[in-house]
Amino acid sequence: MRKITYKDASAEALLMAMEKDKNVFLIGEGVDNITGVYGNTLPAYEKFGPSRVIDTPLSENGLTGFCIGAALNGMRPVLIHQRNDFMLLAMDQMFNQAAKIRYMSGGCHKVPITILSFVARKPGEGAQHSQSLHSIFAHFPGVKVGMPTTSADVKGMILSAIFDDNPVIILQHRELFDEVGYVPEGYYETPLSARIMRRGEHITLVTVSAAVIDALKTRDILARRGVYLEIIDLRWMRPIDIAPIIRSVKKTGKLLVVDIGWKSCSISSEIIALVAEQAHGYLKCAPRRITLPDAPCPASQYLESLYHPKAEIIVQAIEELERRK
Amino acid sequence: MDYNKDFLKKLYFEMLRIRRTEKRLIKLFNDGHIKAPIHLSIGQEAVAVGVMAALRPEDKIVSTHRCHAHYLAKGGDMKKMFAEILGKATGCAKGKGGTMHLFDEDAGHVISAPIVGASISFAVGLALSFKMKDEDKIAVAFFGDGAVEEGIFWESINFASTHHLPILFVCENNLYATHSHILKRQPSEEITSRVAPYINSRRINNANDIWHVIEVVKPKVDLVRKGQPCFIEACTYRLHEHWGVGYDWDLGYRSYAEGEKWAAKGPFEKLDDILSMWNVGRGHEEMEIAIGKEIDEAEEFALNSPAPSEKELLTEVDDEKNYL
Repeated sequence: MRKITYKDASAEALLMAMEKDKNVFLIGEGVDNITGVYGNTLPAYEKFGPSRVIDTPLSENGLTGFCIGAALNGMRPVLIHQRNDFMLLAMDQMFNQAAKIRYMSGGCHKVPITILSFVARKPGEGAQHSQSLHSIFAHFPGVKVGMPTTSADVKGMILSAIFDDNPVIILQHRELFDEVGYVPEGYYETPLSARIMRRGEHITLVTVSAAVIDALKTRDILARRGVYLEIIDLRWMRPIDIAPIIRSVKKTGKLLVVDIGWKSCSISSEIIALVAEQAHGYLKCAPRRITLPDAPCPASQYLESLYHPKAEIIVQAIEELERRK
Repeated sequence: MDYNKDFLKKLYFEMLRIRRTEKRLIKLFNDGHIKAPIHLSIGQEAVAVGVMAALRPEDKIVSTHRCHAHYLAKGGDMKKMFAEILGKATGCAKGKGGTMHLFDEDAGHVISAPIVGASISFAVGLALSFKMKDEDKIAVAFFGDGAVEEGIFWESINFASTHHLPILFVCENNLYATHSHILKRQPSEEITSRVAPYINSRRINNANDIWHVIEVVKPKVDLVRKGQPCFIEACTYRLHEHWGVGYDWDLGYRSYAEGEKWAAKGPFEKLDDILSMWNVGRGHEEMEIAIGKEIDEAEEFALNSPAPSEKELLTEVDDEKNYL
């Protein structure tokens, strides 16, 4: 099997979806521009042009509604926002409308829209360009929220999103763009399940998106000391596939959650709550979590370097967990 | 359009049907059968019936919380409407949508939503899909004057204009957003001149005059079919309170005299005059009998329908296979 980058796998998925179904189209601010939204839309634009790769005015909320309307007439729109921060402008359309229309219509309407966006954490980007909003998006029934980590998953998750009959949000992390991995050439969908990235018996580490890469680095450091982590990439924030996490905690008795968002009312809160409900007696000590500190992201490179949790912090938390019996 | 006597009688019939239907809803509300905030269209029937008269059956509409008149005028199933408003399993949305979310896919009333301005964008999306799929039909968005204050309205007309979409925007300017007069919310009572720089726009000063509505809307619909989006400001008046079945003159935010003035403008009187002038018997009695019978049947259907089963609480959120 060939190895390709995350970025290329994503672009391949978008092109493949459009080739498979003429009702699929890409729409968003600057989707036809020279950089092709980090390269995502370039192959699709080259093949299908501006009639199916539609550049738009800066109207995030409206665009989401336009996609809903098109979906109500059988289209499968893929709405692309260059940054997930912009999606806050579309909260009504995403969650009051798209997420609820199927239910509110007694199952008559389906809203097969995909919303694809990007998360960053880079110095200087500041408070409104360096956040990951997956936790709030995952609050609402009626949507799915996925965060692919590997090249294979970004392709499979985009394809499963586009051909899902319900709204799906896919958040890519820009730090993952150049990660290389094995990607099947044909069409496939990634199931709505978490993925066990590494097996281990000492500590269960549940994590998401770019933090998975940090966790994998940590594993190698700790494995040399004889501590083996079981690393689970959650992949889907909604629906949460809790079963492999519960099985793992029953084996290890120790849980660490590493997230790229804030702590309160978050995906890390949710995982720990579900483990407390379903595997409380198996926990040997209190679960731990590593998240962003309770502040917006600072722009200054001096402060920003203190803001995002590093592999050393994960190592430290694991060492503390390891000492608990 | 064939402006013959039968056509005029049909318009009268459609408006009367909406008025009588809502009057029955008032009774059902007062009798305790409706546990929901119904938003009556009484006073605004001419806009719904007039616009719909210019459409083809395959054209699609979207509406708001005040959707009863649009639903009925587009040909929505009255039984399913009553059942939905009464929360029954046989409603258009199995009781899960309610009075503010009426739709009838078969009749071309695609969806209704009460978040002000939100549903305008759905009509734009429908129009975009008609263009992309080369379908010969148009989309119509109904909304109120309050929606013009929402960003999504301007996002919608901007996009429709830029992409030459087959969409008609119908703003029912009834002067009030709940209890706030338009002059407390906008720089003028007149909206059209502010929209005109974006798209072809026209104001109907008295949209309770259905004849006037049709005369203005018909040529606009012809333009829309050619890919030129249009905006209509239909000035009308809500006679009842914002939601509920009573009147609210006692609240003091609007005057009874204002209400009387608008009530005198129609919608029935104007058409009545024309019918008399043309020496057409209104056939009032037959109309009342036919409408009464349909309403009786819809009411009976809804009252005798079962409540949604308990399982409906959790179904149709997502694909069943995805419940892990």
